[in-house]
Amino acid sequence: MVTLAKVSKGLKCYHCGDDVTTTSMLFAGKLFCCQGCQTVYEILDQNQLCDYYSLSQNPGISLKNKQDTSRFDYLDDTEVQGKLVDFKDEKYTRITFFITQMHCSSCIWLLENLFKLTTAISYSRVNFLKKEVAVTFYQHDITLKEVVVLLAKMGYEPAITLANEEKKLIKTNKKLYYQIGIAGFCFGNVMLLSLPDYFDFTGDFHKNQGQYVGYLMVLLSLPVLFYSDVDYLKSAYRGFQQRIMNLDVPISLGIVALFGVSVFEIITHTGGGYLDSFTGLIFFLLLGKSFQQKTFDTLSFDRDYKSYFPISVSLKNGVEETTVPVNNLQVGDRMLVHNNELVPADAILLGGKAMIDYSFVTGESAPVSKVYGEIVYAGGRQVGEVIEMEVVKVVSQSYLTQLWNNEAFNKEKDSHLTSLVNRNSKRFTLIVLTIAFVAALYWLFMADVTTAVKVFASVLIIACPCALALSTPFTLGNSLRIFGKNKLYLKNAAVIEDLAGIDTIVFDKTGTLTDAAAAKVVFYGNQPLNVYQSMLVKSLLRHSTHPLSQNIFKFIQAEISEVIAFQEEVGKGLCATIEGHEVKIGSSTYVHGSKLFSEQTAVYCAIDGELLGYYALSNAYRTGLENLVGQLKNKYKLFVLSGDHDREMKTLQAIFGENTPIYFNQSPQDKLTFVANLKQQGNKVMMIGDGLNDAGALKMSDVGVSVTENVSNFSPACDAILDATAFGKLYDFMQFSVKSVNIIKACYVISLTYNMVGLTIAVQGQLSPVFAAIFMPLSSITVMLFTTLTTNLIWKNGAGFRVLRSESKLLTPTPIH
Amino acid sequence: MEIIILLIGISVFVATSFLLTFIWAVRSGQYEDEYTPSVRMLFDGTETKKENESG
Repeated sequence: MVTLAKVSKGLKCYHCGDDVTTTSMLFAGKLFCCQGCQTVYEILDQNQLCDYYSLSQNPGISLKNKQDTSRFDYLDDTEVQGKLVDFKDEKYTRITFFITQMHCSSCIWLLENLFKLTTAISYSRVNFLKKEVAVTFYQHDITLKEVVVLLAKMGYEPAITLANEEKKLIKTNKKLYYQIGIAGFCFGNVMLLSLPDYFDFTGDFHKNQGQYVGYLMVLLSLPVLFYSDVDYLKSAYRGFQQRIMNLDVPISLGIVALFGVSVFEIITHTGGGYLDSFTGLIFFLLLGKSFQQKTFDTLSFDRDYKSYFPISVSLKNGVEETTVPVNNLQVGDRMLVHNNELVPADAILLGGKAMIDYSFVTGESAPVSKVYGEIVYAGGRQVGEVIEMEVVKVVSQSYLTQLWNNEAFNKEKDSHLTSLVNRNSKRFTLIVLTIAFVAALYWLFMADVTTAVKVFASVLIIACPCALALSTPFTLGNSLRIFGKNKLYLKNAAVIEDLAGIDTIVFDKTGTLTDAAAAKVVFYGNQPLNVYQSMLVKSLLRHSTHPLSQNIFKFIQAEISEVIAFQEEVGKGLCATIEGHEVKIGSSTYVHGSKLFSEQTAVYCAIDGELLGYYALSNAYRTGLENLVGQLKNKYKLFVLSGDHDREMKTLQAIFGENTPIYFNQSPQDKLTFVANLKQQGNKVMMIGDGLNDAGALKMSDVGVSVTENVSNFSPACDAILDATAFGKLYDFMQFSVKSVNIIKACYVISLTYNMVGLTIAVQGQLSPVFAAIFMPLSSITVMLFTTLTTNLIWKNGAGFRVLRSESKLLTPTPIH
Repeated sequence: MEIIILLIGISVFVATSFLLTFIWAVRSGQYEDEYTPSVRMLFDGTETKKENESG
């Protein structure tokens, strides 16, 4: 059935859409780029699941780097299982997997049809935005490991970590929905019941049938008072106790006054009350709150090292191999680290050839070789054969992970108290109370106690800063969405205010300023390679997954030919025969036999024993960096911290200019201390980093931004995640955040103007229910419209428009096609 | 005019049933995933097996 097909350029794999080359398979009239893709097609074909291919074009996931399944062995451990599954009874087990590869409607369809592949799976349900699939299976017929292997075989390997505490979030969201629903219900009904009162020109409605209506309105307002607005009251009470006048204090005063006056009027049959305003106010406030709570479901901003590390590790006891959870590792344990596994704790190498890829920790992608007796720090990834190591420090005490013992990780950033609105709310509350007292005193002398109390309550009601309270959530919520559309994902809306206040920016170098995946490649040789030689080299490189090989592979423009007798020596180089020629690529010792000196990372190549030259790889800086630095330099103090040696000093200084301090050889702890010192000097610091080594500095800074090539990858704990393609827009983002804060200030003016108008009426004792019912929502709606329109307009006219014109090709399509 | 009391009773009753429907919708998780159902309904002719919701 399987034949090697001679195919021309431009054909795509039926499964994954990768370019098809001469080594590809032809199966059932369809082309596949590799065995993996063909296997998936066979599985789907046998189970009549080929609808998969009709829903999207080439929906599959490339399986070129498929690995053996022994790395899932830890899933047989019952302790591990207990931590992972959502639910388990006699028959069923239910578990939720996080699958980053999920990208189109075909994925949803296939993952929801798992039960057609095996009867042991009863049900599976996808949440696409969260990239989750909940699978229910009969544990007697299939093990957890087999389920994971089945998913991995189809290209949907779940990302399994122990740090899964996000379930709490859903509950609080649900509570807000309930609160809004109930407030909306009560608001609508109370509004309807109030209508007769508005048109009651004779003024005796509330004395007749109206009294029943009044009681019903009180009844309908109770759920709002005791359930929907309870968070505002609690927050105000807490603020009052701690002598912090947050904005919830005047709001709560207004709420209580509204409800109190209304109930009094209804019971004494002296008026219709303001319950419509009361319920409406709470309804609008809650709507604003929900608008602000935009979250990016697939992103997590609170990851620590636990999310990166494996759940368990294989231990060697004599000849036996056992798996233990990583947290139970003891000093002196002998562990086995397989190909592509992370070293979970600092350990001494005892056996095997270690090639450690520290890209997780430093961003540097070239693996480092280690010899017997050397210490390998936690966080490195082994590339190559199985190595045996002895643990010297437990996981939490390792060189990298002890960073998390720093106090910066233990305290929550509380930007809520420093936010613009809350800073001014104390003054606001005092002014309102003063006006209320003065007006009440005036009326006490001019009229009677009843009028004085009524005026006092009216002032509190009309001054209730609901428009003010709405301006922040709506402005920031809207800005948050605009940022999200442009690929800067913020942890919450409060970050925007912090962002606007920044005056100092600290950059990490590797992986942040440089593009880890795309190194700059230059070929040095007596003469450039001709077309045929390029073809030979490229064909050989195609078979290596080493990051250097992949970079050079991308750099060479040539056809590809068939390779035989392929050999790869881990950490040294590759060799194979192509069309009768022996091609060798690798380190100078491997290719040439002796060590040659080179300033940069160099990869040598030889054909038929003749050394032709080498490829020099150097850091490629992100596109638009110089432009960005030029923009930032005038407004912010810049610093660069690098974990590397100072090889790149000259290039960096050229980009950043003489005045920017650049520090090299910075350990994760150094970076943290550096940011802490800057903060102590009174600077508002933004840290921009990428790897785990920046985690401390990111956490310590006022705004920590993590730059990532792929947002669904894990990134360290931070306040914002920036997609690498949007890196050049950083300045625009920061300018926009400043403007957002200005919009909030403009809202202040609007809402205070409304308050002034309202107050002049209230102090005269003229406040009527109809006036309140129209006036209060009107001010809120004005503010809501104003913020939504201005934020969109400013982004379009400012940053957004420029970006759209210059980088229109960078705008990637939505994940669904 | 007494009829208005009855009418109000009916209207509140209807509104309450809507509120209960809303609470049911939130509880059954309809607000947790606002996207996937819009794609799921486009899968023609393939019926998804239902599970007895058990927790």
